[in-house]
Amino acid sequence: MAELLKYDNVEISFGGRPVVHDVSVSLRPGEILGLVGESGSGKSTLIKAAMGLLGSNGLVTRGDIWFEGKNIPDLPERELRKIRGVKIGMIFQDAGASLCPIRTIGEQIHESMSAHMEISKEEAKERALELFDKLNFKDAGRIWDSYPFELSGGMNQRAGIAIAMLMNPAVLLADEPTSALDVAVQKQVVMEMRQLRDMFGTAIIIVTHDIGVVSAMADRVLVLNHGDVMEYGDAEQVLNAPQNDYTKKLLSAVPRLRRS
Amino acid sequence: MEPILEVKNLTKIFQKRGKEDFVAVDHVSFRLFPGEILGVVGESGSGKSTVAKLVTRLIDATEGTIAVNGKDITHVKGAALRDIYADMQMVFQNPAGSFDPRRTLGDGIGESLKNHGFSKEERRKRAVGLLEHCGLPEEFAGRYPHEVSGGQCQRAAIARALAIGPKILICDEATSALDVTVQKQIVELLQSMQKADGLSYIFICHNLALVQMFCDRVLVLRDGKVVESGTPDEVILAPKSEYTRRLVDAVL
Repeated sequence: MAELLKYDNVEISFGGRPVVHDVSVSLRPGEILGLVGESGSGKSTLIKAAMGLLGSNGLVTRGDIWFEGKNIPDLPERELRKIRGVKIGMIFQDAGASLCPIRTIGEQIHESMSAHMEISKEEAKERALELFDKLNFKDAGRIWDSYPFELSGGMNQRAGIAIAMLMNPAVLLADEPTSALDVAVQKQVVMEMRQLRDMFGTAIIIVTHDIGVVSAMADRVLVLNHGDVMEYGDAEQVLNAPQNDYTKKLLSAVPRLRRS
Repeated sequence: MEPILEVKNLTKIFQKRGKEDFVAVDHVSFRLFPGEILGVVGESGSGKSTVAKLVTRLIDATEGTIAVNGKDITHVKGAALRDIYADMQMVFQNPAGSFDPRRTLGDGIGESLKNHGFSKEERRKRAVGLLEHCGLPEEFAGRYPHEVSGGQCQRAAIARALAIGPKILICDEATSALDVTVQKQIVELLQSMQKADGLSYIFICHNLALVQMFCDRVLVLRDGKVVESGTPDEVILAPKSEYTRRLVDAVL
């Protein structure tokens, strides 16, 4: 199958110093790729590069990131805006913090949709409530009218995911989307993201340090350490029969629950 | 054996004008024995951290008693309150945030010793020894919190907690912000100190797998109440309450 998003020998530098070296990885339609590694391993940097969100200090210094026949690092800001949020959606660790605190969820949904298309508030609401419904949100109307601080952390995160999905992007980039959540909510969010893939065929890259989350949802896994690829392959193989020494060390440090 | 820490009917009600009273901790009772590791689990908002703050007297209890070595410390003040910190110390979730950013780690580690009248030279010597004990080389005494990694800073925070030679260490999500490989090192450090010095821990943690591996006994909190307690295997393998079962089922 054709690749949707493809990193070719990508090197990313901050202030002239390379922090991610020679990474090649690709994402097929409907695939869930888990990006794991410890703090500072470059996992977030890697997905930010696909959105052109490296900031003024960061630069893709070698290699290409291909999306729909275009090389993202070569695109001007104007072109990037047509991709960001529309074709590639993103969710962050703390969705509550990335929402504006003084405006309702509904207003923010309308605003973000009208940045990409002509849409009235009523139409936006209709589409949002329909999606909320598909994701089994109780009280969809209340969420539309709520301010972020009126919702729990878990609810904000789920709303953030729904907002990222409103434009029905082909790719969803998720940066530690469950790390700030309680286990019960974490499981719900993981299930929901899998459901997105099943319902809409969305390809997902999930960045996380939580091996449990990766094993529950990823098809393939890439292990990063200090910006270098340690191992890349089928989730099953990487998590159950790791070949690389670092992957082995990382996995052996994860406490696992004995259930019997 | 006498418990080193005994908590009876501990209750904390937060009152705010114009708002309903909020019962954060509701008649919690437990005992901690010398050399024991007691885990406390529950979702956010279940009252885990409030229990830790009550026990360490960082906030005052609305009701109930806290006894250390048989002595009631629920309402002690001033010098007597300072004395209980010789027996009981705390390690927090965010190590960098628990150190003064304008003082070196060595200064932070020596502070409790200063409060107990140790000389400057003695404090410096002890700080270096403690850092070494926690697996950090001598030069870390002169570093500032922002100059070290999260794992190194947490080691320094453990060194600081150990400085005064406490018998009880209260760890509030002490490993939650750390990478798994670092978490493993910190847990091994805590285990080795428990064996060598007979320390007792209250280990507040939302990671059930870690609690199962590390703790002798576990309390499950929900809405400020203890819903279940027992050995980790009793609680995790055969949960009695629906709430505990849900917590266990949610682990991926």
